[in-house]
Amino acid sequence: MEEQDKILNDVTQADYKYGFVTDIETDIIEKGLNEDVVRLISAKKEEPEFMLNFRLDAFKKWQKMKMPDWAYLKIPPIDLQEISYYAAPKQGPKYESMDEVDPELIDTFNKLGIPLDEQKVLAGVAVDIVMDSVSVKTTFKETLAEKGIIFCSFSDAVAEHPELIKKYLGKVVPVADNYFSALNSAVFSDGSFCYIPKGVRCPMELSTYFRINAANTGQFERTLIIADDDSYVSYLEGCTAPMRDENQLHAAVVEIITMDRAEVKYSTVQNWYPGNKDGVGGIYNFVTKRGICRGESSKISWTQVETGSAITWKYPSCILMGDNSVGEFNSVAVTNNYQQADTGSKMIHIGKNTKSTIISKGISAGKSENSYRGLVKVMPKATGSRNFSQCDSLLLNDTCGAHTFPYIEVGNKSSVVEHEATTSKIGEDQIFYCNQRGIDTEKAIGMIVNGYAKEVLNKLPMEFAVEAQKLLQISLEGSVG
Amino acid sequence: MLSIKNLYASVEGMEILKGINLEVKPGEVHAIMGPNGSGKSTLASVLAGKEEYEVTAGEVTFLGEDILDKAPENRAKDGLFLSFQYPVEIPGVPMVNFLKTSVNEHRKHRGLKELTAGEFLKLMREKMDLVDMHTKLTNRMVNEGFSGGEKKKNEIFQMAMLEPKLAILDETDSGLDIDALRVVANGVNALKSPETAAIVITHYQRLLDYIVPDFVHILYKGRIVKTAGKELAFELEEKGYDWIKSEIKN
Ligand SMILES: Nc1ncnc2c1ncn2[C@@H]1O[C@H](COP(=O)(O)OP(=O)(O)O)[C@@H](O)[C@H]1O
Ligand SMILES: [Mg+2]
Repeated sequence: MEEQDKILNDVTQADYKYGFVTDIETDIIEKGLNEDVVRLISAKKEEPEFMLNFRLDAFKKWQKMKMPDWAYLKIPPIDLQEISYYAAPKQGPKYESMDEVDPELIDTFNKLGIPLDEQKVLAGVAVDIVMDSVSVKTTFKETLAEKGIIFCSFSDAVAEHPELIKKYLGKVVPVADNYFSALNSAVFSDGSFCYIPKGVRCPMELSTYFRINAANTGQFERTLIIADDDSYVSYLEGCTAPMRDENQLHAAVVEIITMDRAEVKYSTVQNWYPGNKDGVGGIYNFVTKRGICRGESSKISWTQVETGSAITWKYPSCILMGDNSVGEFNSVAVTNNYQQADTGSKMIHIGKNTKSTIISKGISAGKSENSYRGLVKVMPKATGSRNFSQCDSLLLNDTCGAHTFPYIEVGNKSSVVEHEATTSKIGEDQIFYCNQRGIDTEKAIGMIVNGYAKEVLNKLPMEFAVEAQKLLQISLEGSVG
Repeated sequence: MLSIKNLYASVEGMEILKGINLEVKPGEVHAIMGPNGSGKSTLASVLAGKEEYEVTAGEVTFLGEDILDKAPENRAKDGLFLSFQYPVEIPGVPMVNFLKTSVNEHRKHRGLKELTAGEFLKLMREKMDLVDMHTKLTNRMVNEGFSGGEKKKNEIFQMAMLEPKLAILDETDSGLDIDALRVVANGVNALKSPETAAIVITHYQRLLDYIVPDFVHILYKGRIVKTAGKELAFELEEKGYDWIKSEIKN
């Protein structure tokens, strides 16, 4: 026990390797939130009037709303007036060639392991990078444009494709869906936009990296993905932030729409700064992600590996509207030290013969709290629908908590909903067995945890799966006790 | 090779081992017999370094080094192997990955290069012939869904892969049919050399027909109460453990 605790401490105190701060000039507005700030953000972005109205409407609604308190989370009061709602690298967000990009910025992205240059073609990844609030550069825009694919920053989309934004923005996640979606709708500063035209299979993984750099700012980005009939895209999202003693707020909204027979795979490796071992600092991550399978036989799958953030509040969901449409949620959520996560999914079956699967693997260590919360709702007309949910919790010691809150509502008799849940603890006997074969405790835990999470990790694109596997090991090594 | 002097150990405040003395030299096979609850598995666990067992007195040296402060994985890599009485299942971890990590950790410790996947599989196939359970070992998770006998054979297979200097077999023969018993015996005998040694913990004399011990010790209530040659096993088989119990009383 003692030995294992010691290893636990050694490793969990290991530095968060993305915790550096980049020293670049930043255009940052005064702290505080009021209608003028909302107008200022819109003005800075030179937005058309419909966007300003969208924001003002959201702001009005948000003012009447309250922080949700139903999650199994202890959320310290967040002073939203102490945050600046717009921060942008000063040099200006758009570049014609790599030579114009601030070398410090390139250095940052290299540290993050994201080559900004076209070499990524080889890896088949197109990247949009959102630093603080502004999309810095989108690679491969031209390559994708040949296929009619639009992949650009949200701001560019507002300027260049206002009709698409008008048509789809806020249609999956209504402005007033929840407190954080309303806040995001009022103040979001940038994000990514993606449109895959009819019949097109996107030839490469599309990827967005989110990075919070400036202090005392929040990050509110917005992602909108539309997959037209018979199209396909795999989309990746990664996130990191500097180590800071104060908490920072991240409140994003992601909306996905799939038309007839279209498929979107959305994968996230969330590694926001989790705070230190005593629970000081870290990102508050309040995210609304939802997709709607509008068309028949369309499919949306969410895969997430969540290792970061001090607090995670996030329920990537699918509205299965088209007949025979399919929704998937695959999640590995790791909490250590004082991290708290309340995460899961909602599957709303509306169309006939719709299918959904939820695979949730929670891993808790330290003094953390890890909850699965999920809703499976089958509407009366969604005949012949099926859901299968598997929620597993793995505990690494006796001081952490794991909780499962499944909500099931079935509105017709021909549908089948199955829910399975297990809780297990890494046994000292298992660790000792490994030790006796020459495998130290850290490696043993890495092996057991990866085995446990494999089903989900296997759903990630290859390069991401390897990264995620390492991340799991780093966040947990040695935390059995 | 292994020297145990006046070893006392307790678990959860209960004293289980009460002054064990044992010398094992290279090339020797020692059998340890004794009634249930005598402390045989406790002795094996203490030697392998299981944390919940607290050594309260005495010393243990292995290959001339004090091992009581050594981490269990380092004792293992020094060449001490324990075939568990109850091998544990590790769901989600494929046997192949597990053993490859194990073999390579041993090799690193000896300053050897890690085996490539190809080299490893070749070695594995060779050693699997010994236990004759090919598909189970290559396709399964560690011990998951194995029968009692298969778990024991898997221990012997791992022993063959790791080629330890000292093998401790904790009732590896219990519950085995005669064919499985031969597999276990062949595994131990294949390892036998002037440089290696084995401690065979067993309840029954029959295993000792296949693995011939140089010494037989009887462990009773945490002490070695009798030591003799292989004939002691026969005597014990004939007279039963009550004989020992009454002998101790006198
Ligand atoms: N982990 C443990 N916790 C509590 N008691 C134990 C533990 N391990 C062994 N014991 C006790 O120690 C004694 C010896 O057990 P053991 O070494 O397993 O005997 P043997 O292998 O000779 O049958 C028994 O009384 C047993 O109940
Ligand atoms: Mg025993």
